[in-house]
Amino acid sequence: MDFGPFLLLAVMEGLVAAAVLALTAVGLSLVFGVMRVVNVAHGEFFMLGAVSAWFVTHWLPGPPAFGFALALILSPLLVALVAAAADVLVLKRLNYQPQATIVATIGLLYILQQAALSLYGPEARPVAAPFTLAIQFPWFGYSGYKLAVVAAAAVILTGVWLVMTRSRVGLVMRATQIDRDTAQAFGINVDRVYAGVFAFGAALAAVAAVLIVPIRQAHYLMGGDPLLLSFIVVIIGGLGRLRGTVVAALLIGLSDGVVSMFFSPTLAKILATLLVALVLVFRPQGLFGQRAG
Amino acid sequence: MRVWGFHLAVVALLFGLQFVLPPYHFTNFARIMVLAVFAMGYNIAFGVTGLLSLGHALLLAAGMYGTGLAISVLGWAALPALLAGLAAGGVMALAAGVLALRTAGVAFMIVTLMFAQAGYLTILYFGPVTGGDEGLVLAQGARVIGGVDLAADTPRYLVALALFAFALLANLALVRSRLGRVMVAMRENEERSRMLGYNPFAVKLAALVISGLYAGAAGAAYAVLFGYVGASFAGIQYSILPLLWVLLGGAGVVLGPLVGVLVMFYLIDLASGYTTAHLLVVGLALLVLVLFAPKGILGSLRERAWPWLP
Repeated sequence: MDFGPFLLLAVMEGLVAAAVLALTAVGLSLVFGVMRVVNVAHGEFFMLGAVSAWFVTHWLPGPPAFGFALALILSPLLVALVAAAADVLVLKRLNYQPQATIVATIGLLYILQQAALSLYGPEARPVAAPFTLAIQFPWFGYSGYKLAVVAAAAVILTGVWLVMTRSRVGLVMRATQIDRDTAQAFGINVDRVYAGVFAFGAALAAVAAVLIVPIRQAHYLMGGDPLLLSFIVVIIGGLGRLRGTVVAALLIGLSDGVVSMFFSPTLAKILATLLVALVLVFRPQGLFGQRAG
Repeated sequence: MRVWGFHLAVVALLFGLQFVLPPYHFTNFARIMVLAVFAMGYNIAFGVTGLLSLGHALLLAAGMYGTGLAISVLGWAALPALLAGLAAGGVMALAAGVLALRTAGVAFMIVTLMFAQAGYLTILYFGPVTGGDEGLVLAQGARVIGGVDLAADTPRYLVALALFAFALLANLALVRSRLGRVMVAMRENEERSRMLGYNPFAVKLAALVISGLYAGAAGAAYAVLFGYVGASFAGIQYSILPLLWVLLGGAGVVLGPLVGVLVMFYLIDLASGYTTAHLLVVGLALLVLVLFAPKGILGSLRERAWPWLP
């Protein structure tokens, strides 16, 4: 294959990665933005989405498309319930104190990982794609499902943006984000907003996982990479800012796709990790600026 | 006086244990003492100075690979290789600290996490030298100091105990010194200590470097005593474990790390008799601690009964 088509293939792979990453990272970013909680268990919510999608499609007879559609609804719901329970039972009782919540979400990470290992097992298992359609380019054929993932992510992200900017729910969330005490004084049930946001953020990660699981298999350790990449995206994009997060996800997803195609993926990850650490060190204002100390 | 006596009694107790412990627990205790040194280093940064790092695996791995590579690649003898590991831990802490200490709070946690992750990936990237995931097994012949074979049970226990005793007493001296009190002041109120004329950056950097020396010493000792160096020790789990140990034993209490490692080790050991779900034990322990006993075992004891415990 010539360089041109090869690059096109790399870009398309990068777009798929970016789409899923954007969904996951927006979930993380929302939780940090509104609640000021760094959720280390976010990757496990992603994993839980993928694993529960496998259970749904596995136990459901009928065409793969039907099972997949059901998984796309049930998995995020289940993950949202788990997240809401974690918020009410643990995070709320810690008063969302930053260091304690990080320790608690690490604990949650281990519990979810163990639950997946015990109930689902150590194997990686595939989920059938809802449809198989090869789109034939002049140089190579490409999976139509992968392009559908990109489209679906774009639709969902637009939906999230509309909810945040145009609806009453979004207004309440933004009010809580800007000033929790004043919001409470205006009769907003902050506790319920927090539980809702935590559940919603987790559900976004689960949706991303369900979309990607026909391409990559479901595995109980699959949460690590999305967590790390989401952190990178959220930090570069500016914490709690949706548009910045999406732009950063595109940037990271694309460059990760392209760089890993031409260089070692491990080297790409080392450089990205160091870059983000240095961004935080030298430009903390606007990222964690107001929170430092 | 009572304080020194109490800690010396703990060391003496550990020395006496070697005559009664069955072989299985004998090896366990050597491991526990080495890991407790690592945890003590973490306690100096987190418990005493209030620096919540999520990247201490980087410092442990620096010591471990500093020693392991000096032996396997450079062919050094065990003693200079141990010193190389100790120095590697300190130098790594200095380099990471100079950058990471420009941040604070949540940003500090994430930066240290990222540094450690980069270190872990670097070890995997240089797989042909470091052994990657599988790690390196150090040859028996390289684990001898002055004719004593450290791979044998009794010398291993005694060397681990000597390291632990030295680390414990140095830790005790540190928290009772001027520097130690300033470190606590940084934890309690950084702004006020700055106003009193102390340089927070210098004090916190000193705390991190001392912490790095502890982690480096533990990593180096682990490599020589147990003959294995692996990438898993650089993984995120070994950044979380010292936090867990210190929280369990009591953050800021000198003996807290030992108690934390000991209890956690045997909790998992006991639990694995009934279930294979070690991760669940770790996760639940973290949740229970942070919810119900944020002061840990010795921290609660100090609050209720032994106010003199340093």
